[in-house]
Amino acid sequence: METKDTKRVEKPFDFKANVIKALGNRQLRSNLKFAMGSMTAKRKALFSDTAAFEALRARGNAIRRRALLQLPELLEQLERKCTENGITVHWAETTDAANEIVLGILRDHGATRVVKGKSMVSEEMHLNRFLGDHGIESLETDLGEFIIQLDGETPSHIIVPAIHKNKQEIARTFHEKLPDTPYTEVVEELNAIARKTLRKKFYEGEVGLSGVNMAVAETGTLCLVENEGNGRMCTTVPPVHIAVMGIEKVVEKLSDVPPLLRLLTGSATGQLVTTYVNMITSPRKPGEKDGPREVHLILLDNGRSTILPDEKLRQTLQCIRCGTCLNHCPVYTRIGGHAYGFVYPGPIGKILTPQMEGLDRTSAIPTASTLCNACEEVCPVQIPIPDLIRRLRNESYDPDGSVCGHGVKRNLAETAVWKAWALVNRHRALNAVGTRMAGIFGPMLPRIGPLAEWTRSRNRPEFARKSLHDMAREEGISDE
Amino acid sequence: MRQYPPKPEKAYFFGTCLVDMAYPKAGMAAIRLMQREGVRVIFPPEQSCCGQPAYNSGFPAEARQVAEKQMEIFDKPYPIVVPSGSCAGMMRHHYPKIFGNSPLRARAEAFSERVFEWSEFLVHVLDIQLEDRGAPMTVTWHSSCHAAREMGVIGDSKALIRKLKNVTLVELENEHQCCGFGGTFSVKQPEISEAMVEDKIEDIQQTGAAALLGGDCGCLMNITGAMAHRRIPITGHHLAEFIWERIHGD
Ligand code: SF4
Repeated sequence: METKDTKRVEKPFDFKANVIKALGNRQLRSNLKFAMGSMTAKRKALFSDTAAFEALRARGNAIRRRALLQLPELLEQLERKCTENGITVHWAETTDAANEIVLGILRDHGATRVVKGKSMVSEEMHLNRFLGDHGIESLETDLGEFIIQLDGETPSHIIVPAIHKNKQEIARTFHEKLPDTPYTEVVEELNAIARKTLRKKFYEGEVGLSGVNMAVAETGTLCLVENEGNGRMCTTVPPVHIAVMGIEKVVEKLSDVPPLLRLLTGSATGQLVTTYVNMITSPRKPGEKDGPREVHLILLDNGRSTILPDEKLRQTLQCIRCGTCLNHCPVYTRIGGHAYGFVYPGPIGKILTPQMEGLDRTSAIPTASTLCNACEEVCPVQIPIPDLIRRLRNESYDPDGSVCGHGVKRNLAETAVWKAWALVNRHRALNAVGTRMAGIFGPMLPRIGPLAEWTRSRNRPEFARKSLHDMAREEGISDE
Repeated sequence: MRQYPPKPEKAYFFGTCLVDMAYPKAGMAAIRLMQREGVRVIFPPEQSCCGQPAYNSGFPAEARQVAEKQMEIFDKPYPIVVPSGSCAGMMRHHYPKIFGNSPLRARAEAFSERVFEWSEFLVHVLDIQLEDRGAPMTVTWHSSCHAAREMGVIGDSKALIRKLKNVTLVELENEHQCCGFGGTFSVKQPEISEAMVEDKIEDIQQTGAAALLGGDCGCLMNITGAMAHRRIPITGHHLAEFIWERIHGD
C-alpha cells in the first residue's frame, strides 16, 4: 500500500478535518440533499412490492454467497473460458501490478491515448495518474467522470461521481476548462458540449478501458451496464479493449445475471434496466465488421483475498457496487464522498476501506455511523453492514484481531472505561451509586470530555434525582 | 409477522439505563399503563443496562457479561417489556448473536423470544383502549431507527397515539431518518451528529406541532437537548408518559 503513492507527498488522512470542511460547505449539503432525494424516490417506486423485493434480495444474496464460497474455482473457470473465447486474462495481486499490466499492453501497441469508461477498480489503481506520469493521455468518457476529471477531482459517489456538483458548478467548469465553450446552464446544451468533445476522442483513442459489473465463469462473459453509450463506445471502437475487474465480481452461471442486474440497476438508479447492457464474450471474430481486435481482462486482488477467509467479513465482498447504501446513509448525505478520504465512501466504504487500507490509518471511518440500519435495509445483496461496522470497531481495540492494523486503539482510556462499565452494570450496588451520583452531580459536571462534545449543540442531559429503581421501590412495584 | 401470546398474568419490566437515570417518570407511566390492564408488573431491582453501549462501541466481551447478567435476572418465563425500541432490538436480535456458538446461545434465543417493545405489547398483547381527557393538541412523532428497522413497531406506537381522540398527529417528512444520536456516535462524531439533529429539528418545526413524541429516550434526549439549546419551545415526551397524562386529563 505504501508504494502506491510514493511519487507524491500526500497529507495524512484526517477524517475529522475532512468532516468539518465538508459540513462547512453549505452548497455541498444542499446539492447532496437534492440529488439523494430524487434517487431514493426512484428506487422506492421501482421496488414498491416489498414481498417481491425481499424475495429478489434473498436470491441476490444467495448468488453472491455461492460465488464467494467457490471463488478460486470460479476464477480459474473464468480464465479458462475467457481464454477459449480469445480474451487474454491477466492476474494482478496489487494495484501497482495492475498498472504495469495496463502500461505493458499500451506499449505493445505503441498507444498514447486511452478512452475510459467508468470503473471504480481503476480508481483503486489511481490509473489516470499513473498513465499521466508515463506520458499517456487517459480520458474519462462517462459524463460525471469527465466533469470531475476536468476539475482534477476524484469521484464522490461510486455510481454518480459528480453528485457533489450542481448545474451551475458544471457550467462553470465547462466554460473554464473546455476551449471556446460559452457559459450555459441549460442541461441539454451541457450534454451536447460533452458529447461533442467526447465523440472526437473516441475515434482518436487507441485503447478503450472499462470496468466490469460482473463476469460469468460458465461462459467467460463480461457484463457491463451503463446509460450513456460511452461504455459501448470504449469497448467496441478502439482496436484494443482492456477490462479491469476486482476478483470478487465473478458469478457462477449465466442465469445468475438477470436477478443481479435487476437488483443492481434498480438499486443504483431506480431503473428496470439500463439503456445499455453490454455482454462481452470475445474480440472481433474473423468476418465480423466491428469490435476490438484484442480484449484483455485484468483480475485485481488488492487485498480482497485476505478478506475472504473470515466468514463474517467475507460478506463485504458480496457487494455489487450499486451505491444505494450511500444514498440512504444519513452520514454520507451530510458529508459527501470526499470526506471519507479513500476510493469507496459511505457505508460500503466504512467496511471495505479499513480492510483494504488497514485500521491503523482508517479506524476513524467505522466510528462515523449511528448504526441506524438504513444501509442494511436497502442493500440488494443483504450485507449486514452495521454488524460489520461493529466488528471493525471491535478490531480497532482488539490486539488479537484479524484485520490489518487491528488493535490500533487498544491503549486508549476507553478500554478501561468499558471494563468499568461492565463491572458497574453487573452489580446493583455499584450501579445504584452511579445513577444517584448522576442525578446529584450531573448539573455540576464540568464541560470536558464527552460532555463538552455533547453540549456544543445541545443542553446537558438532566438526570433525575430519583431513579426508576427508587420510584419502583417506593411505589411498591413487585420485585418477586 | 410476530405471533403474540395472550394477555399474561405477570410481565417483567426492563426499565433501561437511560430511563432509569433520566426519564424515570416515563418508566413509571409505562408500568402503570400495564398494571391498568390487569398485568402484575415485576421490576427486578438488580437489572441494569441491556449492554448495547458497549456492543456498539466495539466491546462485545463487556456487552456479553452485562447481557448474561440480565438473562440471569429475568429468568422466569414471563414476557419482558422494554420502553425502548433500541434496547428491545438489542435484547431481541443481538443477544443470540453475541453468544456466538457458546452454550449460552440457546438460552439467549429463548430469552429474546420473550422480549417485547412496550407499545407493541400494549397493542398486540394487551389490546389497550384509551380515553383521552386532554385538551386538543397537535403532536409529531419521531421513529427511532431500531424501533423501526429492528423491531418494526412504529405502526403500534402510532396506533396508540391515534387512540387519543383530541390529539392530532402530523407526521415528519423524513420520519425514518436518523436523528444523529447513535449513542457514543454523538460524542465521537459531534459535528455530523449536530448536522443530523439540525435537519431533524427543521423537520419537526415544519409540522407545527406543539410536542414531539418518541419511544426511545436516547433520541429524545438528543433532539430535545438540541431544541432547548436553540430555545425552540417544542417539548419532547416519551409516549408512555404522554399517554398517562392524557388519560388523566393533564
Ligand atoms: S454494500 Fe450493498 S447497498 Fe452498498 S453498494 Fe454494495 S451492494 Fe450496494
